Amino acid sequence: MSSKEKILGRIRANKGRGPLKKEHADILSERIREHSHNLVPKRGLIPLEDQIDLFCGKLEALAATTERVMDAKDLPKKVQDYLKEHNLPSRIKMSPSPELTDLPWKDLPTLEIVTGAGAEEDVVGISPAFAGIAETGTLMMASGAETPSTVNFLPENHIAVLDIRKMKGSFEEAWDLLREKNGDQGMPRTVNLISGPSRTADIEQRLIMGAHGPKNLHVILVGDGEKD
Amino acid sequence: MQVSSSKFKENAHDALKDDNLRAALNRVKTGFTTARANAAEGLPEFEDLRDKARDIKDHVLENLDYYLEYFEQKVIEQGGQVHWCSNASEAREAVLKICRDVDAKTVTKGKSMITEEIALNKFLAAQGIEPIETDLGEYIIQLADEPPSHIIGPAVHKTKEQVTELFHEHHQQYGYTEREEDPEKLVGEARAVLRHKYVTADVGITGANFLVAETGSTVIVTNEGNGDLTQSLPETHVVVASLEKVIPTLEDVSTVMRVLARSATGQEMSVYTTFSTGPKRDTDLDGPANFHVVLLDGGRSEMIGTELQELLRCIRCGACMNHCPVYHAVGGHSYGWVYPGPIGAALNPQMVGLEEARDLPNASSFCGRCEEVCPVRIPLPKILRHWREEAFEKQVGPKPERWGIELWGFFAKRPWLYRRVTRLAASLLSMMAGKKGRLKSLPFNNGWTSVRDLPAPQGSTFMAQWKSKGGRVK
Repeated sequence: MSSKEKILGRIRANKGRGPLKKEHADILSERIREHSHNLVPKRGLIPLEDQIDLFCGKLEALAATTERVMDAKDLPKKVQDYLKEHNLPSRIKMSPSPELTDLPWKDLPTLEIVTGAGAEEDVVGISPAFAGIAETGTLMMASGAETPSTVNFLPENHIAVLDIRKMKGSFEEAWDLLREKNGDQGMPRTVNLISGPSRTADIEQRLIMGAHGPKNLHVILVGDGEKD
Repeated sequence: MQVSSSKFKENAHDALKDDNLRAALNRVKTGFTTARANAAEGLPEFEDLRDKARDIKDHVLENLDYYLEYFEQKVIEQGGQVHWCSNASEAREAVLKICRDVDAKTVTKGKSMITEEIALNKFLAAQGIEPIETDLGEYIIQLADEPPSHIIGPAVHKTKEQVTELFHEHHQQYGYTEREEDPEKLVGEARAVLRHKYVTADVGITGANFLVAETGSTVIVTNEGNGDLTQSLPETHVVVASLEKVIPTLEDVSTVMRVLARSATGQEMSVYTTFSTGPKRDTDLDGPANFHVVLLDGGRSEMIGTELQELLRCIRCGACMNHCPVYHAVGGHSYGWVYPGPIGAALNPQMVGLEEARDLPNASSFCGRCEEVCPVRIPLPKILRHWREEAFEKQVGPKPERWGIELWGFFAKRPWLYRRVTRLAASLLSMMAGKKGRLKSLPFNNGWTSVRDLPAPQGSTFMAQWKSKGGRVK
């Protein structure tokens, strides 16, 4: 008998039954398919502009920084200003996503844009967020051909770009959006929920930033809230 | 890890004399508890979410076989593999085989209590595969060759000075010859040393806080980001998880997540919550080429349907130990096995045997704080009582202790006799104490009187006073 059969056998024997009967199993698979929301905190269920305030407030409390641009074409300049202000090199590792690469980076010839996955030598990384979750000030990053996850983790400074049309009140709404976008493919290889820059309290419970992931997280929210 | 639960009393005595440990435990006592209280207060729905989290976990445990098979099916659909393991040795062999298949020399590891449970590091090292812990706390205790003393803060017992010495000893080979004392610089040093290890490791091993049946995803929660680097850089990602971690849907995970970090560290969310689903896709630019889940039973299936089933709701947040006066006094190592604090006292007798762990259920004052803060409302005091009863019935433990309980039981069942004997004992003690009203020593109870006097009973017994005031006596 395989270990799998033994384990399942022990569980069933202790429950005093065999495998679940079909009608019971159908109820469970229906429960999975329904994706019904459990109790969702009221905190995030508010109008968009309030969600943005909540989101930024939470992230800042977590030692991230935020700013907003109304028009995406102004984003490269904001990035350049951020690098200057923090005395960072002008080489950026960028996710090869049109959401970023289509922007007018060429107008800023001093910036060196390198697209691809994150690498050990990267100091600054920039990547688009799949969604924002206002409830806790959390970014949802979804991996894919245009969004390698290592850009979010290897560089010491991470700039995340969030289109405010992707702002959601709760985790549940963000999962709904992911299912809508991904269809039958299921989950991307990895989904990272990020709430602030990396930290540790493993030495005498003192909070120290930048344990393994980015020391600094800067979130730029893009858009004026109007539909396309 | 080596079990030393049978030495609980000696361990506890040593711990009480350890000044460094005292300072560390005081930080746990104030830091974690205040943070949790604030986080709970900050979310009006918190108590209701605890109920929901409990209900979700109960629902899973009622249908555990179904959700495990569903999870496996989804992992396979996404191109991964699930390895079912009845016990620690099967799990170790499964990990070893995966490592051998890719000819692994080094393995980076995210924090995982299950790999502590199966003593994976020692095993891999003996097989010539170098395991490297990447969570800072785990890294510190790996250098110190010690087990974790807390499930979410493995190195809470270590002082900054001890970390300085450990890093000085082990980091000279990387060119860090100065003795570094600033905690921020110590973290920087570990970051630099480990960074290169992530990139060069052949296999990354992580644990899992959740296994999502709906999607075949495994979920880890960290603050450092070490788990993410561990699983996205090597060619092979191995998740080692126990079977009660399975949970039906992403919505259910979201509910439990809301009580996890708040109960653990008092954060609303840990910094990184990472869902991993299968190996890298054809068009992906990064991620592991192989994805394995090593699923450990390790005695858990035997708990299903018994009075211990509720322990399987545990989401390993550590709130019970953060709030436990006994843990605050003796620290994690005293418990002598992987899981310390109230959850360890309740779980370890099942995992390592009641004979070995018989002192642990007694390491409780039944104050009930653990149950009060448990995010999934595990009735820990009830389970500790269960073990005490079991120990008595199975005649585990020293005879004098049993005789004492039997003797007390004899009188307790005969109230009239109990009253007479206590009255007699009270006046006897009062006589022995003389004018001072204090006893300097007491036969059979030197443990009490060796460090303080026992105040002798004064006046009549409670029952006598009750009666004299017109109270009803059966």
